Amino acid sequence: MADLQAREPLIFELSRPGRGAVTQYPPRVAGSAEIPAHLRRAAPPALPEVSELQVVRHFTRLSQMNFSIDTHFYPLGSCTMKYNPKACNSFAMLPEFLGRHPLGPEPQGFMACMYELQEMLQEITGMQAVSLTPMAGAQGEFAGVAMIRAYHRAHNDLGRTEIIVPQAAHGTNPATAAMCGCTVKEIPCDANGDVDVDALKAAVGPATAGIMLTNPSTLGVFEHKITEVARIVHEAGGLLYYDGANLNAILGKVRPGDMGFDVIHMNLHKTFSTPHGGGGPGSGAVGVGARLRPFLPLPIVGKEGARFRWLTERDLPQSIGRLSGFMGNAGVNLRAYVYMRLLGREGMVRVAEFAALNANYLMKRLQAAGFEAAYPMRRASHEFIITLKRENRLYQITAMDVAKRLLDYGFHAPTTYFPLLVPECLLIEPTETETKEELDHFCDAMIAIRREMEQEPEKLSSAPHTMPVRRLDDVRAAKQLDLAWKPAA
Amino acid sequence: MSNIPSDLRYTKSHEWVRLRENGSAEIGISEHAQSALGDLVFVEVPDVGRAVKAGEACAVVESVKAASDVYSPVSGKVTASNSALASQPELLNQDPYGAGWLFRVQTAAAVDDAALMSAADYAKYLADEAH
Amino acid sequence: MAFIPHTPDDIARMLAAIGVQSIDDLFDEIPRELRAGTLGVPTALGEMELGRLMTERAVADGRPLNFIGAGAYEHHIPAPVWAITTRGEFYSAYTPYQAEASQGTLQLIYEYQSMMCALTGMEVSNASLYDGASALAEACLMAVRANRAANSRRILVPRTVNPTYTQVAQSIAGNQGIVFEPVDFDRAAGRTLLAALEPYSGQDITALVVQQPNFFGCLEEVDRLTDWAHRNKILVIAVVNPISLALLKAPGEWGAPQAGVHGADIVCGEGQPLGVPLSAGGPYFGFMTTRMQYVRQMPGRIVGRTVDVDGRPGFSLTLQAREQHIRRSKATSNICTNQGLLVTAATIYMSLLGAAGLERVAAASMQRTAELTAALGKITGIRPAFSAPRFHESVLILDRPVAPVLGALSRRGIFGGLDLSERYPELGNALLICATETKTAADIDAYAGALADIMNPSRAAA
Repeated sequence: MADLQAREPLIFELSRPGRGAVTQYPPRVAGSAEIPAHLRRAAPPALPEVSELQVVRHFTRLSQMNFSIDTHFYPLGSCTMKYNPKACNSFAMLPEFLGRHPLGPEPQGFMACMYELQEMLQEITGMQAVSLTPMAGAQGEFAGVAMIRAYHRAHNDLGRTEIIVPQAAHGTNPATAAMCGCTVKEIPCDANGDVDVDALKAAVGPATAGIMLTNPSTLGVFEHKITEVARIVHEAGGLLYYDGANLNAILGKVRPGDMGFDVIHMNLHKTFSTPHGGGGPGSGAVGVGARLRPFLPLPIVGKEGARFRWLTERDLPQSIGRLSGFMGNAGVNLRAYVYMRLLGREGMVRVAEFAALNANYLMKRLQAAGFEAAYPMRRASHEFIITLKRENRLYQITAMDVAKRLLDYGFHAPTTYFPLLVPECLLIEPTETETKEELDHFCDAMIAIRREMEQEPEKLSSAPHTMPVRRLDDVRAAKQLDLAWKPAA
Repeated sequence: MSNIPSDLRYTKSHEWVRLRENGSAEIGISEHAQSALGDLVFVEVPDVGRAVKAGEACAVVESVKAASDVYSPVSGKVTASNSALASQPELLNQDPYGAGWLFRVQTAAAVDDAALMSAADYAKYLADEAH
Repeated sequence: MAFIPHTPDDIARMLAAIGVQSIDDLFDEIPRELRAGTLGVPTALGEMELGRLMTERAVADGRPLNFIGAGAYEHHIPAPVWAITTRGEFYSAYTPYQAEASQGTLQLIYEYQSMMCALTGMEVSNASLYDGASALAEACLMAVRANRAANSRRILVPRTVNPTYTQVAQSIAGNQGIVFEPVDFDRAAGRTLLAALEPYSGQDITALVVQQPNFFGCLEEVDRLTDWAHRNKILVIAVVNPISLALLKAPGEWGAPQAGVHGADIVCGEGQPLGVPLSAGGPYFGFMTTRMQYVRQMPGRIVGRTVDVDGRPGFSLTLQAREQHIRRSKATSNICTNQGLLVTAATIYMSLLGAAGLERVAAASMQRTAELTAALGKITGIRPAFSAPRFHESVLILDRPVAPVLGALSRRGIFGGLDLSERYPELGNALLICATETKTAADIDAYAGALADIMNPSRAAA
């Protein structure tokens, strides 16, 4: 990675009046169509004025300041940073797919891919029907909870407005429940990291709409008692929602439908390797059992004989509605399709196996090196948690310090401070696409950092040292808001 | 050991209240709370004239790591809000029981004493919470 | 096994280190009765075989001549945009939570935010939402939070706003007690009727949505609409087309400039026209900008500029306390992953085109649509619907149902536009057409010729 000491200027600072990438301008078209004066823009917007080479060089240099899967081991827990196959991108960007307007006649080639994707996702999750339209995990969650609400309303069960959420849940879960007009009831987990079944029994009742769960949980362990949890919630009249963020741990091994879940959202940008893109686009496809099928968000791909067509409000009058302007993140779904065809039956079954092998191997090696696992008596799923609370007490270093120091060693840090329940934690997910050597290098770095903790802790607390910037002042960023470059008055 | 002035009363959600005989109450958050939040970047205080109920969220304190609701310990009408916090939220970190006060309420009915902890009880509550 | 690098030797060593006999042992915590059987999905394909399948399917979809707009617009995308956007360092990077390792993405987003503020004439932007439709939904939720003067959660939505956007806003925001009320349009002009707003004067209304250009491509009287709203303490949510902003008054300037309180309050829209391909409907991106006073009510990520411990300027995510991972059930939104890669493309696009280039794209699109409207309007049985000035779309009324006509056109390799008869039955046989700078005079002639032939076959000759 380039060690850039000189700051890359803002594109605006590189601008000069009158400069532009003129080969990109369309020819002038003669004509008299005009905007009325009172609706016309007074002065041109303050956009960059740079040459094409300046643009290419500027953004290439910016890219070189990033860590990415293509360049670094990236063990971010709960994010599943596995290899993004290049073929997924090149096939999705075939010109016929790329140039297709969504409101024309149904594109049979593209829709064949989408239909098969729906079928494959149904099969691997044990669900009856799938909608590809939610554009990220959070939208998938929204769809799931909205469908649960719609189901209860359709059964005149208007009092069911409570969603039960484990304390360890990802922040999107309670945020989503609130967005759906539900209230949230949090329940604790037990010492083993499983949902506290007694607390659950006390929490369910006639107001229970459902429960939102991840399995394996955010604590990185498989919910032993999932069948019992499902029974308790169903008997109380509620439904089970599965947060599929951790699907990589059980792909091909267990199907959420078989565990008793009524609805699942999947993060195609995690488990099915579509690009993380610096913050999206994702895709939050949802799968449902028969009970919730009438409520699926639209549109869905249907098949009539040999033809594919969009199923709309006429086909699903009880649908919770549309969540996007068109059909969701189509190009992302196409990339997921390519990935799943490359993996096939044989490859899909191996994903969870090798994700678990890598995670358990890494956990054992780090434990041998003196690090403390949060749940040492449990198997790692596809990820595991290391807690640095002892090191914090002894050396006053934090999980943040270790994360920043790992950057100097050439590794992107694991997820820090999530789940909130475990103090000073690192949530580590290597994924199945990493070699044993890469994991060993990571351990070597952690061992070196451990030595620094004991002997030179200030190297950690002032890390990183070799990045384009040193540790940034977050407080100032929030107090003295500088959120956009403005031209000099 | 957290600073807990003995002339104030406290809530489980870490607010303090300074009660006067004429029924006026000054409210803020404790030393423990400001320390847990870290450097404050933003404080939102309730509008003067707003009616509040005991236990109702009516202010927000925000640091880089958290944004917490502040719950009014008493019922009544807001008579004043600390506008200095808009430009200097750090006042609350520096002096949580003095210059960092959040808002004042004129209580209508008698204050429910049982719901408010004494300084000693709050200290014990903090000690228990740490375990 | 696809993408899994482990050799038998690796596996043996790793199992030994863990202390188990087989990989299957690692799943011993999962109850036997829950274990899945054989997966009923197709067998694996190599890249070569899959390439043939994908190419066959793409070829089946073909490359028709496209004249559909309606919220997704075909524009020329410069070669550098996706060459750079698909660099692994952008494509396979995560959300920039570790700021020091993501200065590239963070600086890019800061530049993007700056450009969106410049285009829309507003003070602050977020780092994107999913798309234009969901951005409107979020804007409505934000207006409820931001409008202290209103309690009603009633939002006025003109019927000239994209009907799918209204549907999506209902799906997403309806569960939080928001009530959307339609406002009628002038049947002759094709824009919102100010008289239809009058009954709402003095009522408790939270916001008014104004789409410019509107769904018909017509230009709304944005100043008068904005002034009416502000007189009544109603927030204005502007839904705008970013390319059109090269020519049209920025929403930050809408309304009469009295005492500095003018301009829309929240601006949102679909960013797809800025360097993002049509790609069968997505991924696109939604943008949102607003006044600084509302920044804490704005959903989504925001990047701020700050300094590091050595005083060197740098960028990081800021105001995160509003977001789901901290605020949980009280968050401004549940949004986490957004549309980062598309923002990257759009930022590169805007840098290449600049204001001068965008103006050329906007002007050429406007002219081509005027030409197309004139050419098609000459055909017997076709007339333009509306009299208001337009940007790069227009509505035509046909003397017969639109669907069969579009079917005939598509069999000739032309996607003629969007049939409006289901969305707006009161307009009759209405067709929404669009021509951008990508269309040449020859393309327009081809469309006009084919349509004349279809409409009046007896004149088919020559």
